[in-house]
Amino acid sequence: MIISARGLRKDFTVHRKVGRFRRERTVVSAVDGVDLTVERGEMVGYIGPNGAGKSTTLKMLTGVLSPSGGEVQVCGLEPVAKRTTLAKRIGVVFGQRSQLWWDLPLGESFSLLRHIYRVPETDHTARLKQCTELLALDEFIHTPVRQLSLGQRMRGELTAALLHGPEVLFLDEPTIGLDVLSKQAVRTFLSELDTRGDTTVVLTTHDLADIEKLCRRLVVIDHGKVVHDGTVDELHSRYRSRRTIVADLELPWPDGLTLPGAVVTAVEAEGRRVTLTLDGTAAGEVVAALAKAVPLRDLSVQEPDIEDVIARLYRDDN
Amino acid sequence: MAESPFGVYARIVRAQVRSQVQYRASFLLEVFGSMATNALDIASVFVLFSVAGGLGGFSGTEVMLMAALSAGAFATADMVVGNVDKLREYVRSGLFDSLLLRPLSSLAQLAALTFALRRSGRALQGMVFYVVALCVADIHWTVGRVLCAVFAPISGTVFFISLFVAGASVAFWWIESGEIANAFTYGGRDFTAYPNNMYGGWFRDFFTLGIGFGFVAYFPALALLGKSDPLGLPDWLLWFSPVVAVIAACLASLLWRVGVRHYRSTGS
Repeated sequence: MIISARGLRKDFTVHRKVGRFRRERTVVSAVDGVDLTVERGEMVGYIGPNGAGKSTTLKMLTGVLSPSGGEVQVCGLEPVAKRTTLAKRIGVVFGQRSQLWWDLPLGESFSLLRHIYRVPETDHTARLKQCTELLALDEFIHTPVRQLSLGQRMRGELTAALLHGPEVLFLDEPTIGLDVLSKQAVRTFLSELDTRGDTTVVLTTHDLADIEKLCRRLVVIDHGKVVHDGTVDELHSRYRSRRTIVADLELPWPDGLTLPGAVVTAVEAEGRRVTLTLDGTAAGEVVAALAKAVPLRDLSVQEPDIEDVIARLYRDDN
Repeated sequence: MAESPFGVYARIVRAQVRSQVQYRASFLLEVFGSMATNALDIASVFVLFSVAGGLGGFSGTEVMLMAALSAGAFATADMVVGNVDKLREYVRSGLFDSLLLRPLSSLAQLAALTFALRRSGRALQGMVFYVVALCVADIHWTVGRVLCAVFAPISGTVFFISLFVAGASVAFWWIESGEIANAFTYGGRDFTAYPNNMYGGWFRDFFTLGIGFGFVAYFPALALLGKSDPLGLPDWLLWFSPVVAVIAACLASLLWRVGVRHYRSTGS
């Protein structure tokens, strides 16, 4: 296995002001005993609500933060102690922490990184060519990074993280804030990377689509603890995720009407829009029953949202 | 094929300089501002000596030697790491993460990334000032004194670099440290520029020996001039600047390393 963490912990001391001069010290465990093993070539989605400890875990795996407890090895190395050795073998994209030179053309950042990582010229050229084709970097490789759009910059960051041929790629929110096309470009690129199979990828995200399109395996963390480790389907079936139907009606929803296999959760727009939550019955049966009861204008079936699942999962814990 | 580590940092410095030059007007203003400050510095030295002639029992040329050694060492250190106090911003914003993600020393990267080209003129000027002071001063040259003349500015530079780094490291624990570190760096430049015996009591003892400021300019200048410390320190101690510089560098690097382990990486 390429990543292994056992009982990984990170505590932060937080000072809170009490009165004018006194301060109260409290210890908060951002990561509270995480066990995680990742095999070479896997693509793992690491998710959880804000503040759950995702980024903190990633920072401990990459050698940025020293763990408060537990054991961790990446590529067989202890990240903090062997930080510079490990840095050559992993690639990292932290959305808010650019690896690029803000005021220089994108291409210059790439050649600087080649020297920093001591990549042989031929390898560099080959990898850059591949990324340029897959991510269409040609249009903006001579543009200063500060003038790039967020989507263009993210494509640049991905390239920067891959130019030294890392064994593991860590991505923190790679699609956050991107427009639809850029999201798609990033996802296609990552699944291409997955198909080749020689790079292990760990990514955090809030976007269910990222997970569904990319990751067979999902690790959910909440309050610093792993609460689920398995496939997306396992997660939904374990927490009985429910799909919803939103229907626009020609006539107002009759008061007190119920349908088998669904619960009415909202009636809006003067009774002309109704939201039904399915209780596991196939959507088709419910839609058929609905169409019989009221004339329909429009209808959509919505997949359960990952945030909902996590929220419910969190409630289950308490 | 393999490039020396120094070469890599030189590339980062050059990239940094290219970035600065991108904002042409701002860069030119800074260069002119720095030149004006330098000119004023030189003028103040001339004014000082035309009025005072000598200080603390030392002649004008002897005082000038101390001032030049202090100025040369400080300006060189200031050019290399003078901006590492930007660590505060790097820690506050979490940008320090990106330095830790690269296979290079975080301190050397920070120094390279905050390198200020405009300060090179001042460093050069400081060293020219020092050579002139060496020529003008009444020195009976021996092998020991030649070595001292070479190693004194190097030791002084290393000492000030350590001071800058130690001062910046405070930000790992205390982001709101403000300008406190400057009291020791810029304060140190002013303290070391004058014969240390002219300061009084515990203040002199604490800064000259406790912090080690005496080893930047005052003690090596005495060694070069063949004079004893008027306050009665043993003569052999006057040659100890390189040792003190090495100790200072070790302490500063230890503080930096402990600081990096203590780094909390705020934000997401």
